[in-house]
Amino acid sequence: MTNNMKTRPGHSRAAHSRGFVEWLDRNSRHIFLWPAVIMILIFSIFPLIASAIMALSRIRFRGGGYNVRFVWFQNFEKQLFGSEQFHFLGTFAGMSILGWLVAALTTVGIAVWIVSYIRSSFTVIGFVGRLITWGFTLGVGWMLAATLFSGHPFGTLGTTLFYVIVGCGIQFIIGLSLAFLCSLPIRGRGFFRVVFFVPLMITPIGVGYAFRMMADTTKGPFSPVWQWAGLKDFAWAADPWAARFFIMIGDSWQWIPFIFVVMLAALESVPRDYVEAAQVDGATGWEIFRDITWPQVVPVAATVLLIRVIEGFKIVDLPNIMTAGGPGIATESMTLHALFAWRSLDLGQSSAVAYLLLFVTVVTCVSFFNLVVLRRVRA
Amino acid sequence: MSRTLMQRLFEPRSIHEIAPGTGVIVYSALFLWTAFVLFPIYWVFITSFKTPVDVNSGPVYLPFIDFWPSLHAWQDLFVFDYKDTLRAYMNSLIIALFSTAGSVLIGSMAAYALARFEYRPKFGVIVMFILVMGVAFYTVGSFGVDWRLASASGIAVFVFLVMSLSRHFKLQLSNGDILFWVISQRILAPIVVVVPIYLMFQQVNLLDTHIAIILTYTVINLPIVVWLMYDFFRSIPFDLEESAQLDGASRLWIFWDIVLPLSRSGLAATTLLVMILAWNEYLLALFLSTSQAQTMPILVAAMNAGERGILWWTMSAVIIVMIIPVIVLAVVLQRFIAKGLLLGAVKG
Repeated sequence: MTNNMKTRPGHSRAAHSRGFVEWLDRNSRHIFLWPAVIMILIFSIFPLIASAIMALSRIRFRGGGYNVRFVWFQNFEKQLFGSEQFHFLGTFAGMSILGWLVAALTTVGIAVWIVSYIRSSFTVIGFVGRLITWGFTLGVGWMLAATLFSGHPFGTLGTTLFYVIVGCGIQFIIGLSLAFLCSLPIRGRGFFRVVFFVPLMITPIGVGYAFRMMADTTKGPFSPVWQWAGLKDFAWAADPWAARFFIMIGDSWQWIPFIFVVMLAALESVPRDYVEAAQVDGATGWEIFRDITWPQVVPVAATVLLIRVIEGFKIVDLPNIMTAGGPGIATESMTLHALFAWRSLDLGQSSAVAYLLLFVTVVTCVSFFNLVVLRRVRA
Repeated sequence: MSRTLMQRLFEPRSIHEIAPGTGVIVYSALFLWTAFVLFPIYWVFITSFKTPVDVNSGPVYLPFIDFWPSLHAWQDLFVFDYKDTLRAYMNSLIIALFSTAGSVLIGSMAAYALARFEYRPKFGVIVMFILVMGVAFYTVGSFGVDWRLASASGIAVFVFLVMSLSRHFKLQLSNGDILFWVISQRILAPIVVVVPIYLMFQQVNLLDTHIAIILTYTVINLPIVVWLMYDFFRSIPFDLEESAQLDGASRLWIFWDIVLPLSRSGLAATTLLVMILAWNEYLLALFLSTSQAQTMPILVAAMNAGERGILWWTMSAVIIVMIIPVIVLAVVLQRFIAKGLLLGAVKG
């Protein structure tokens, strides 16, 4: 082996280029790493700072230029407590009994969680981190109690969380089930594997249009079904929940393949002899899955769900194409909210919403990572 | 034959096959899902061969039986509007290819470096870099200083400060910190940074050009590449490289000639994934391109804006045209992507 290596061109080279090559070689550790780091710095850190400044300013376009006035947290205040509150959080107009009940349950749940954490183990960093998680959960719980459970519409935060939590949950369950079915010893696995993967390839814009055609009650492929059910004049895009669910179905159609592919690979990497030994011992299929297969694939499952949640928060194409955020603001995701604010040249509000999205994403993902992924991987 | 009917139906004879009753349930579930997956694609496909009358007069399902396929949508696309279509298609191809090549190359170099070398960058130096360059960019934005002048003097000040101050900084970062920071960039929703990136490219007069979009996509996809490739490089035995190094082969050569070929399956998976993301990306392209650099997703989305309502037939044809290259690539590389994603997910 060593003899082969000696003839590599890196070794014998014309003298004039030797200095440069040696310089490259000596500094290779820097040449390898820093281009990536510097590019990310330039494209994320500086824009992030600029975005923060914009979020704290009021920007007005006048004539050819624009003027910027620093207004501290006024933009955030407007979104959270001011005239844009209905748009971001929802309409608060009195709580119903159910609303109070949900709010009380959330509060009690959080309190129990705090007490049980403090009694079991306590580190300062762990406590501060959990404090943010608790605060966020409490806020979202009360927001939902005052809007959803009191019969008032909620804003883009609630919609985004609906897409992420309900959507990703359903996608995970269906993706995992399909992967499990495909990992059984059946014929035609290769066929299903390829077909199930296809939706991931299609541009989200295309998915949006395709599902708009699917959902058309008069000209779409299912219009006979709608007619038969007496829903010919039902416009799903005019009903908030129907519209949200349709967008979620389109999103699931596209992303279930991702979970399916990764989970299938994970299921197939579980050693066959474990499963066979359990089968010989007479364990049922469900027992084998629960006690042998599932513990083996849990780390992958947690990670793939985390990736999906991260990407899920960025949803914008589907609501934009399928409903343009309507009816009203019912299907508007936070990215779309920021995009619309940008279109109306309100850069300050747009950046503020984008920052709120960043905050929500980071809190959710870091909580999920620390409380679920790390624990599962270590266990 | 002591097995009861239920046993015969639901208990497998051997562990390498499933029982007939279970099989019926499994197959019906799988075929149901196949129908759910394929039907929208089928519908888009046949819609591209329908005339406006066929589309607007209620659903027709089977070509040659329900309706007579017409090529007029394809004609619109490739004969009357061929300039727009072709330009967007070429733009998408160029942008997807170059940005994928860029992020895979730069990203795997960084991933290799993090897997093999040890870095101890000083936290203070990085903060100083951000501060100095931040001030430099601020002068560009607020006082209209030329961006070349500003960045050159920023770098000069930074180098000067590093040489004079760096030994006072104590806090050091490790490879793990760098890796975590790079991967965590994926959490950053593009909407947060897109306006400043837009303003940045406006400042250097690169809006609506290929370079702007290629650069942005390259950076956006770097975290995925670093994440997936890092685990691949860690799974490659080190001794091969060590012996090459003892023979005096240069690092760059080792990387190019030994490491990259060994991680072929990981590269294939990563390339495919990044290519799909770059090919389908919408939000950033919406901001960064107006006409010349318009990509396919923007073209498809713009079909909504016409005076005649949505041209479903033409739009379906565009979607089909967009899908074909990706599907071909994906079916060829499909096995790799499962492996590649799995490795990243297990250790990530």
